Order: sequence, then C-alpha cells, then structure tokens
Amino acid sequence: MKFGILINEGPYTHQASDTAYLFAKAAIEKGHKIHRVFFYHDGVYNSSRLTEPPQDDRHIINRWQKLAKDHHIDLVVCVAAALRRGIKDENLQEGFRISGLGQLIESGIQSDRLVTFGD
Amino acid sequence: MTEATGGIEMEEDTSGKVKKFLYVNRKAPYGTIYALESLEVVLIAAAFDQDVSLAFLDDGVYQVVKGQHTKGIDVKNFSPTYRALEGYDIEKLYVEKESMEARGLKESDFIVPMKIIGAQEMAGLMQSQDVVLSF
Amino acid sequence: MLHTVNKSPTERNALDSCLKHLTKGAAVLLIEDGVYGALKGTSTTKTVEQALKSHPIYALYPDIEARGMQDRVIDGIKLVDYNGFVDLVAEHANVQAWL
Repeated sequence: MKFGILINEGPYTHQASDTAYLFAKAAIEKGHKIHRVFFYHDGVYNSSRLTEPPQDDRHIINRWQKLAKDHHIDLVVCVAAALRRGIKDENLQEGFRISGLGQLIESGIQSDRLVTFGD
Repeated sequence: MTEATGGIEMEEDTSGKVKKFLYVNRKAPYGTIYALESLEVVLIAAAFDQDVSLAFLDDGVYQVVKGQHTKGIDVKNFSPTYRALEGYDIEKLYVEKESMEARGLKESDFIVPMKIIGAQEMAGLMQSQDVVLSF
Repeated sequence: MLHTVNKSPTERNALDSCLKHLTKGAAVLLIEDGVYGALKGTSTTKTVEQALKSHPIYALYPDIEARGMQDRVIDGIKLVDYNGFVDLVAEHANVQAWL
C-alpha cells in the first residue's frame, strides 16, 4: 500500500515528527511504500541543516534524510510555510526539497492513505 | 493559480482522478496559525478539481464568524477569504450545530452561508471521505 | 474509518469530540498524549468504556510505556506497536487525526 504522510509540527517540541518517523519505518518494514512526506506549518523546521541536537539525542532531521535516501521517499517542505519561517535552500538539509502545497494535494490523490501527524 | 500552486511538478498523472477531500477545522483563528494555513491549502486544492468540503467544528467555528478586526493585533484578517471560496467552486462549507450552540453562536453570525449539520451528520460526512486533512 | 487522537483528554476535547463522531465500523487509536485517554480511574474513563461497547479502541503501547502508564490501561483497550498502527491505517478506508 502507498502511504503519504503530513507533518504539521517541528522537531523536538512536539512528538509528531517522531511518531511519523516510527510509523514510516514500520510501514516500510512491513512492505508498504511511503511515497512522500510533506512538511507543513512548523513542520518545515524538520528540514533545517543547522539543527544540532546534543550527542546523546536522536537527530530527527538526519534520521528523515537517511530513511528517505534508503527508501526513495520524497521529502517535501512547503514553500509558503518555509519562507514564513526562514527555511530556504541555503539552510535546507540535503535530501529535502522545497515545493508548493500542490504536492500535498497530489500526495492525497496518489496515495492509498494520507496520515497526518501534528498538534 | 500557477504562482499559488508553487509550480506544481506533476510527476505522476493526477488528471481524471477525483477524490473526496475534507478539511477539518477545529481550532480558533489568530491564537495559532492553523486556521490561516489550512485556508491556504484549501485555495491550492481548488486547482486540482477534487471534491472538496470544509468542516468547522469545536473551536473551528470561531474561524468563520463575522466582525473580525485584526488591526489591533497587527495580523492579517483572513476571514474575508472565506467569502471568496465560492469563486473557486468550493461551496460545501459545514458548521456543526452542537459546536455552534455551545459557543453561543447562530447561523446569522457567520461570514458566509454555512450548512448547519448535527454531529451525527458530521460523522457521516467524515466517514464518506477519501482524504481527511486536519491542521 | 480510523480516528487518531494525540491529546490528553484532561487537557483538550479532542477525544471527547472524536467519540461523538464515530460511525459504524470506526476505530480509535490513542497515540502520544492521547494515551492518557486509555486509563482506568480517570474522569474520562466512563466515556471511553461506553464507547468501547460499540467501537474498538487501541492505544500505542510505546507511548503508554514511555509515560509509565502500563498498569493502568482500561480492560478491553487493545495495545498495539507501530506495526499495529500501520495495520490499522491499512485496514481502514480513511484516517482522521484529531489534532
């Protein structure tokens, strides 16, 4: 089955991105496909290359990057929400791309299920 | 619409597929950005010719009340945009009766005509959708 | 239809509102702070037990355990891990998050 994921909150403050990640990982392990993760609202902060958590903490941004690389997941950061919050190509982590909200709608159309994680 | 859609790259062909999309609004405006950014999604969604409905329940009903004046908080008043939705062929706007009444509101308090439905009918609406987006 | 709830019922009305919108065949999955809605002896226990009579309610066990609530879960609430979460999403035609 093909899943789309929507993340509405940033890393660390809310559990949303963690839950979404563990959901995505489990889905892949079960043989499903995550075709896109769309980051909206404060969720765009999940893509900041400048993120440096303490050594003993999980690195939420790099974790998404690796999962996406290993399993060909399209990580899309909403352009309008990103610009509003100071996320641009120059501080965007590799493996993410900035694009329009249309990508979220397209994900809803193309995937069998769209699962939302937020606050 | 081209600019608003942020240059959609249609990697996969979505033409011809029509799904039922429901946008669920349960949060009040201004205290958080969810209401505004939800509306932004709805406007983009209009370009995709999907079957779109908007549901306002719980504190979400506060999004669509008349008389919002935001100058004093220096935030854009986006409530007139709800009036523009009709021009985008988005005409299915639902307010939940129980939520409306619990907040002392009545049908005439809304900025655009709303279909007022009970919780049970709202539940049926939710259940009948292909994609439910909540912000 | 699958409903996910991620809010504590003593902080916000997400669970309460969700339970008022269950149609035939609908299931509820409590995740994150939503798992506090799965507990015995709280002010919301009765409402949840009532809903359990007509709808399956699940709770994400890693979230229960993280919060030290593993011995307090209402009988009848089914505990799932992330694999179970994925299965529930796959089994239901659509999913709504009560944020």
